[in-house]
Amino acid sequence: MLPTPSTDHVSFDRVYEPAEDSFLFLDTLSCDRETTFLRQRFAQCSNGDHASPCILEIGTGSGVLLAFITAHSKKLFGRPDVLTLGADINSFACKATEETVRTACRESTPYLNPGHGIYLDTLNANLGDALHSGVVDVLVFNPPYVPTEDLPNPSDHESYNQFDHGTTTFEQDSHLLALSYAGGMEGMEVTNKLLDRLPELLNPQRGVAYILLCVQNKPQNIKQRVQNWGTSWRADTVGSSGKKGGWEKLQIIRIWRSADP
Amino acid sequence: MKLLTLNFVTCARKSCKTLPAAFPLHPRDAELEIVEMELNPKFLVNILPRVEWQALRTVCQELGLPTLPDIMPVQQDLLQPPSLPGRESESQEGEAEGEGGSEEEDALQKPSQTAQDLHRVLLETTIANGKLVCGACGHEYAVKEGIANFLLPSHMV
Ligand SMILES: C[S@@+](CC[C@H](N)C(=O)[O-])C[C@H]1O[C@@H](n2cnc3c(N)ncnc32)[C@H](O)[C@@H]1O
Ligand SMILES: [Zn+2]
Repeated sequence: MLPTPSTDHVSFDRVYEPAEDSFLFLDTLSCDRETTFLRQRFAQCSNGDHASPCILEIGTGSGVLLAFITAHSKKLFGRPDVLTLGADINSFACKATEETVRTACRESTPYLNPGHGIYLDTLNANLGDALHSGVVDVLVFNPPYVPTEDLPNPSDHESYNQFDHGTTTFEQDSHLLALSYAGGMEGMEVTNKLLDRLPELLNPQRGVAYILLCVQNKPQNIKQRVQNWGTSWRADTVGSSGKKGGWEKLQIIRIWRSADP
Repeated sequence: MKLLTLNFVTCARKSCKTLPAAFPLHPRDAELEIVEMELNPKFLVNILPRVEWQALRTVCQELGLPTLPDIMPVQQDLLQPPSLPGRESESQEGEAEGEGGSEEEDALQKPSQTAQDLHRVLLETTIANGKLVCGACGHEYAVKEGIANFLLPSHMV
C-alpha cells in the first residue's frame, strides 16, 4: 500500500474532503492491473518516443489524488519523469492542491521511492478549457456526480471564488461545496461536458482517461457512448466499491484508444 | 505558474482553440519569481520533446529573459561529456540513443550549462502575478499568487 497524502492543512468548509470516491481512485490507480497497463503504455523509449507523459487531474479538490500520482509516479508509471497538472473551478481547491502536492513530494523518501514526478501547476479553470488540444496523456476526473435538481449558479461564481479577502461567508462555502458534488440531471451534467471534449483533449495515440461514476450516472450507457466514438475507442470498468444488491455504488471507468482492431 | 505550464495551455474560449494566434498566451505585467528545484538532466532530456520550442522562445523574449538558441537543444547538449580520465569507458553513443546507461552511469553525468539554463527557464521561473493575454481575442487571464485564472465570464463561454 502506498501512503495516502496528508490533507491536514486543508479547510474542508469550502474544499471537498477526501472520501470513499477519492480512496477508490487511489486504490484503482495503484492496483496491479492499472500499473501494468500504465507502465506498458508509458514505458520509456517505446516507439522511440521517450517524451515525459503529461497527466492532468480535473477537479483536484484537496489535491489528494494529484499528490498521490505525483509522489508515486515511479511506482505508477514505471518512470519518475511525468509532468502533472491540476485544474479546479474552485480557487481554494487550487491553493490546497499546491500545498498537498508539495508536502507529499517533500515527504516521499528518495530511498524508498526513487524520484517523484514533476508537479507543474494547478489552474483555476473549468474542466479542460485551458488545455491545448492533444496534450493530455492521462486524464483523471473524480467529478461532481450526485444527481441534483440544479447546478450552482454560474453567475455567483466569480465573487464566491475570490480568495483574496480573508474570511468566507456561509453562502460562499455552500456554493463552493455544492460545486464539488452537484451533478445536475442524472449527476452527469458536468461529466457530459468533459466527455464532449475528451477525444480532442487526449493525445491521439497515448491518451487515456479515468473517470469515476456512480450507479445513477448509468455507467453502462456512458461506456456504450464512448464505444460509439469509433472502433478504436475502449471503455472498461477498472475499479468499483460499495456493492449493494448486485449494484456497484461507485465505479471507475478507463477510456482509451487501442491500436488493435 | 511555471513557464513550462504555458506550453500546455491556451485561450479557454472555444472559438480560439483552433486559431494559431491563441498559442502561446502572452505574459503581461508579469512579476517573476524563482522557485528552486533540483535539476535532473535525464528529466530534461525527456521533457524537451514535449516543448513547443518557438513558443517558448517567444515567451522568454517577451519576459525579457536571455534569448534561447534558434533550434531546440538535443540530448548531447544537455549532458556534459564525461571528461575525467578513467571515465572514458562510458559509451557516449549508447547514451545518445537514449538507451543503455545504468543508473550509476547516469548519476555521473553532469548537466551542461545549456541544461542549467533550460532548467531555470522551464521549471524554476514562475509568474507570481500578472496577466496572460490571448493573441487572438485579446482576453486577459489574471495570475494571482502563482495561480492562473482561466474562468470566463458566463457571457463568453
Ligand atoms: C468530488 S470532488 C473531487 C475532489 C478530489 N479530486 C478528490 O478525489 O477528493 C470534485 C471536484 O471537482 C471540482 N469541479 C466541479 N466542477 C468543475 C468544473 N466544471 N471544472 C473544474 N473542476 C470542477 C470541484 O470544485 C471539486 O473540487
Ligand atoms: Zn482567445
